Amino acid sequence: MLYREAGQFKTNYVADQAIFPIRQDRIGMAIVLLFAWVIIPAFGSDYFLEIIMINFLFFSLAAIGLNILTGYTGLISLGTGGFMAVGAVASYKLAVIFPDLSIILVFLISGLIAAAVGIVFGLPSLRIKGFYLAVATLAAQFFLDWLFLRVDWFTNSSTAIEGVPKTVFGYLVTGPNAEPFAKYYVALAFVSVFALLAKNLVRSAIGRAWMAIRDMDIAAEIIGIRPLPTKLLAFAISAFYSGVAGSLMLFLFYDSAEPDLFDINLSFKVLFMVIIGGLGSIAGSFMGAAFIVMIPIILTNAPDLLGLPISSDLAKHLEFMIFGALIVFFLIVEPNGLARLWQIAKEKLRLWPFPY
Amino acid sequence: MTMKRLTLAAAVAAVAASGAVSGALTTAQAEDGIYIPLLTYRTGAFADSGTPIANGMSDYFALLNARDGGINGVKLVVEECETGYKTDVGVECYERTKTKGAVVYNPYSTGITNAIIPKTNGDKIPVLSMGYGLTPAADGRVFPWVFNLPTTYWSQASVFVKYVADQEGGMDKLKGKTIGLIHLDHPYGKEPIPTLEALSATHGFDFVTYPVPPKTMQDQRSTWEKIDSDEPDWLFMWGWGAMNPTAMKGAVDVDFPMERFIGVWWSGNESDVRDAGEKAAGYLAGDFHGVGDGWPLFKDLRDQVVGKDGSQTPDSMVGETLYNRGVFNAVVVSEAIRTAQGKFGNRAITGEEMRWGLENIVLDNARLDALGLAGFTNPINVTCQDHEGSHPVYLKKWDGAKWEKSTEWIEPMQDVVRPLIEEEAAKIAAERGLATNNCSS
Repeated sequence: MLYREAGQFKTNYVADQAIFPIRQDRIGMAIVLLFAWVIIPAFGSDYFLEIIMINFLFFSLAAIGLNILTGYTGLISLGTGGFMAVGAVASYKLAVIFPDLSIILVFLISGLIAAAVGIVFGLPSLRIKGFYLAVATLAAQFFLDWLFLRVDWFTNSSTAIEGVPKTVFGYLVTGPNAEPFAKYYVALAFVSVFALLAKNLVRSAIGRAWMAIRDMDIAAEIIGIRPLPTKLLAFAISAFYSGVAGSLMLFLFYDSAEPDLFDINLSFKVLFMVIIGGLGSIAGSFMGAAFIVMIPIILTNAPDLLGLPISSDLAKHLEFMIFGALIVFFLIVEPNGLARLWQIAKEKLRLWPFPY
Repeated sequence: MTMKRLTLAAAVAAVAASGAVSGALTTAQAEDGIYIPLLTYRTGAFADSGTPIANGMSDYFALLNARDGGINGVKLVVEECETGYKTDVGVECYERTKTKGAVVYNPYSTGITNAIIPKTNGDKIPVLSMGYGLTPAADGRVFPWVFNLPTTYWSQASVFVKYVADQEGGMDKLKGKTIGLIHLDHPYGKEPIPTLEALSATHGFDFVTYPVPPKTMQDQRSTWEKIDSDEPDWLFMWGWGAMNPTAMKGAVDVDFPMERFIGVWWSGNESDVRDAGEKAAGYLAGDFHGVGDGWPLFKDLRDQVVGKDGSQTPDSMVGETLYNRGVFNAVVVSEAIRTAQGKFGNRAITGEEMRWGLENIVLDNARLDALGLAGFTNPINVTCQDHEGSHPVYLKKWDGAKWEKSTEWIEPMQDVVRPLIEEEAAKIAAERGLATNNCSS
């Protein structure tokens, strides 16, 4: 009843090509943005902002990056953790070497460096695909992991890389003493802008070329899409997103991290987000990140909130079991991910209350 | 169809629950008492090491509550937060517990320690990383909130070299000898390298490293073959978790002389050498506290805590190296609380007052005796500059069934180690823009 597009006529191409052609979707998005930009920072506790929201935001960005590569272009990658490490290390080095460089520029340049690395490791994608490509990107993960642990230059020979305190418009936004809501706004600004960019990219000619390659690369080649630049562009943009996400993770969440935090487990975590959220969906990247980041935290806190007197290690074991069961449950219910569930829900709402 | 509806309902419920969590968390506060969060790892790959530490700490706090009614009449409220040795979970635990009035953190993980050290300046809660974490944090002028008493990796490395020199017949005899280091190829395992390199330059011994990548730490055959062909005169080890028993097996396989094989205090638990048993007899390990249950305090622990409700400790664990380390850690925490109460009054103290307590802690022989721990550790005297507080390390020897004290307390080469610490601390201070306290007040 509420969600019905009857009476909404599109009279020009601009309206027809809008990201959200239906009015209710636009209102919904406005409410989400209102929550994200005003209500959450105004009422959320420091714990909620730092541990839940910032954590969720940088993982969303990484998931969007991987979704561009895996969901839209069909190239499976296990190198996300490595590209995030490149972003984190690059931003640390840049911030230390150029103390006057704006932190926004530091993040963007780190993303570009990660993109360059992504192109190099994307080269094999022209010849190999599927599981073989996954193994080739695994090499990127292991190599980058190894590089940052062994070569002291990258970490200035200390055990950890640090988020250097920086300001934006005179306001401290990174480093340990920055207010959580300042950090949150930086993360949110990056995610908002880059999610919008990604959404428009996948709707553009570039996005259609990616999807053509994904669906059948030979057919795509025949209709005039050049595989090498298209695939490399996907790798570059994906690695750019991962790199920025890695920088945000270091500067806004950890403040100080050992390079081995960016190991293969991180790659898997982002891959799970994309699979559970929905391959080939920007909204799905957010849902997947929310699922993987928030559910364990909620489960960890549940015994305390319910007043159950169980020991912390038992609670942890229960958390693993329930979380695992939830993943299996959602994948059985809808193998195409949470984004598909959301879409089905919307279709049902359109027919409600007279389904046929 | 119904399944899908159910799924949607579940998703909505999850979203609602996340809101409820955030609301409830801000209101949750510890009840009256001194709130001590323990970041533990009883689960995950390092649970074998994490469990005895966690048991030792919670048992001692439980003993204080049961026997003395807390500290000076103020109850201790201990809450465990399970990290599984994962840094992101540790950060989550830290943020969740810090608002409840936490007085100190003991992370027992280098990764978590590194991640929370930068936060301590703003949150005004001290970190006590006993014998691990960031070595340059021993410079209290740069890291006022971090305490790595009683001693550090760098001090320990210099103690090992001193011991070797002693066995060889003097510092001048080190010339031409080879000292190897088999270490976890990880920031923790690489900790002693700068110190040993500096000492190798001044004393003329050759220094060789044998890195063991964490991913293959359970298969060290190639490493031990290389050690066998190089035949270093002495071998040090910086290992953790499953690396330790595997290395012992490797050493046994190539018949490396055990009395020339010395492990860091994290490679000196009973479980590391028990598998090798008799064949590992003679193996040495550094330590900074006593091993075994021969102190009156352990009798109290057995009588009043172990085996009772709330304690997860099996009786055989009492007196093991890592259990004792947990107890020792809890003793330091409680003595720092006592010290702080002496100045600020017998009440629940704050993190800032706890910092003062740690910096002015009195743990001399008389106090150790009163605690039922006479001779358990070397007296600790922390100052504003020096957050190591004690420095000496002793070596213990595995006799095939148990550890035995093998040397007296050995003073490290402070003239070498301290300048390295201050230099590194100054470098970090410059990088992070940290203020340096001159310790005059």
